[in-house]
Amino acid sequence: MSTTILAAERLNQRFGGIQAIDDLSFALKEGEVVALIGPNGAGKTTLVNLLTGVHQPTSGRVRFEGVDVTSQKPYQAARRGLARTFQIVQPFPRMTVLENVAAGALFGGASPSVAAAMDTAREQLEFMELAQFADRPASALTLAGRKRLELAKSMAMRPKVLMLDEVNAGLNSSEIDGALRLIRKIAERGITILVIEHLMKVVMSLAERVLVLHHGQLIAEGGPKEIVRNSKVVEAYLGQKFADRFGGEAANG
Amino acid sequence: MKSRWLPYALFAAWVVVLATTPLWGSNYIVRVAIMIAMFTGLTLSWNFIGGFAGYPSFSTAAFFGIGCYAGALAQRAGVPMVLAWIVATVVVGAIAAALGAIILKMRGHYFAIASIGIVEVARLIISSWGSLTGGGDGLNVPLMSGGPNAVARIFLLVMIVIMIMSFIVTVIVDRSRLGFGLRCIQQNEDAANMVGVNNRLYKVIAYTLSALFCGTIGAAHASWTGYIDPSDSFSILMSVKVPVMCLLGGPGTLLGPVIGTAAFMMLEEVFWANFLDYNRAILGAVIVILIFFLPGGLLALRYRDIARRFGLLREPKMAA
Ligand SMILES: Nc1ncnc2c1ncn2[C@@H]1O[C@H](COP(=O)(O)OP(=O)(O)OP(=O)(O)O)[C@@H](O)[C@H]1O
Ligand SMILES: [Mg+2]
Repeated sequence: MSTTILAAERLNQRFGGIQAIDDLSFALKEGEVVALIGPNGAGKTTLVNLLTGVHQPTSGRVRFEGVDVTSQKPYQAARRGLARTFQIVQPFPRMTVLENVAAGALFGGASPSVAAAMDTAREQLEFMELAQFADRPASALTLAGRKRLELAKSMAMRPKVLMLDEVNAGLNSSEIDGALRLIRKIAERGITILVIEHLMKVVMSLAERVLVLHHGQLIAEGGPKEIVRNSKVVEAYLGQKFADRFGGEAANG
Repeated sequence: MKSRWLPYALFAAWVVVLATTPLWGSNYIVRVAIMIAMFTGLTLSWNFIGGFAGYPSFSTAAFFGIGCYAGALAQRAGVPMVLAWIVATVVVGAIAAALGAIILKMRGHYFAIASIGIVEVARLIISSWGSLTGGGDGLNVPLMSGGPNAVARIFLLVMIVIMIMSFIVTVIVDRSRLGFGLRCIQQNEDAANMVGVNNRLYKVIAYTLSALFCGTIGAAHASWTGYIDPSDSFSILMSVKVPVMCLLGGPGTLLGPVIGTAAFMMLEEVFWANFLDYNRAILGAVIVILIFFLPGGLLALRYRDIARRFGLLREPKMAA
């Protein structure tokens, strides 16, 4: 049995009158690929923000490798091995692609020097199939390229847990296939992955387990095939049409 | 192709030009050279917080002024001159670190306003603490012995040495983890934190670096002039001029502060000499030009394009 690497314990987050996260608990096991789904405004991004120290929860705890990290700052999360990508990509626009990735290696991945960080960054760009853009400014990349840059930057931080906030949003289907392949390659390295995703195609093909968030609450949890047949999930998020299609496939396949 | 050594060669050449002014220039030229070296040190300092980190600080005059008073008071208490400058540097650095830890929680406009506030508060404290500082009457500082020309030469060298030291620190920061992190902060502060940059610490270090040599320069300036008072030592105009010079040359670069200061001060001298009444107007004009036409400063201009437009550079012939 593998061990728990990251756990949320009864997390609550209020923004004024909004209960963005409502008494939420879950755990990620080492090496797992888990999908987090739910309608817009469900609290998915907020949850990632709580796990990486961007917000302090109103109450509850975050535990990483058994240690209480609830009050960590984002840079501390990064150095511990909790990396995340942003739903709205956040490059350093006037740095080159290589320098962007080197920043991850230097500060999050504890590279001993700027030169060593550049070397790590080069390897990472190779791995992420971005090597030909190394010397371009980050702002010159297409959206798909910038999303991949976010991935490369996070990977350069040598993460133990990687949280991907809608890395496929806005991409076309061949770009999505490319991204999927890269995420699988990352998972093969044994990194625990939490993917936030609206595309059920991606969820179904990637995730071993799915968490469903609605109004800040965890309304369902289970294997992808179970989830698409869960009546609560269908009602809150997927819709009946979808359930008929995917549920049918799951039942047949 | 930009040569790696070009900035250093240009800087060295500029140092030689400034340092040799007593050999070829009038007393007036030497005085201008002292002021250029002094302001270059201030501008290079501002570059740490304003250029590398991208935080619009207007605290320069506060650090300079506190440096003036710390140095003057130390000298009056019998501390040898050079030691007094070092004392001033340390005092100003410590004050900047403490203040930075407070005001760097703010960003953008809020930070800018707080950084101006520091100048005013420092001036108020100095001018109301009459028993120690002489209040509005100012303070006399022990003068160096020797004729005015000899003294000017010495202070020219002093200001040049401080300028070189701030340049060396700039080079070190530029190549280090610190400089890299500050650039990340400048471009996207949240993303910087998320890749593992300790933003607060880095910004406080940058703010402290931006203060250190201002303290030294203030103290040396006080020793040079022999008299200080609150309104000259804490001049808002200085706090505005220094960032303008840096922006004019190219913020966040090695040579930008040096070039910007030289360009600005020579312009200013020309205007002083020819249009006494409009002197202040050029500061305004330079600010407007900067905002509209030179967002990256002189160093970011595409000189080849300009030269081509004016026919100074022939189009390279296509190889057949
Ligand atoms: N910093 C904030 N201040 C105030 N309210 C916030 C803040 N961040 C999120 N919220 C609110 O919390 C709720 C959850 O938002 P969140 O961004 O986490 O949803 P999400 O599941 O990521 O949605 P999407 O699929 O659109 O990305 C929303 O009602 C949102 O308006
Ligand atoms: Mg979101």
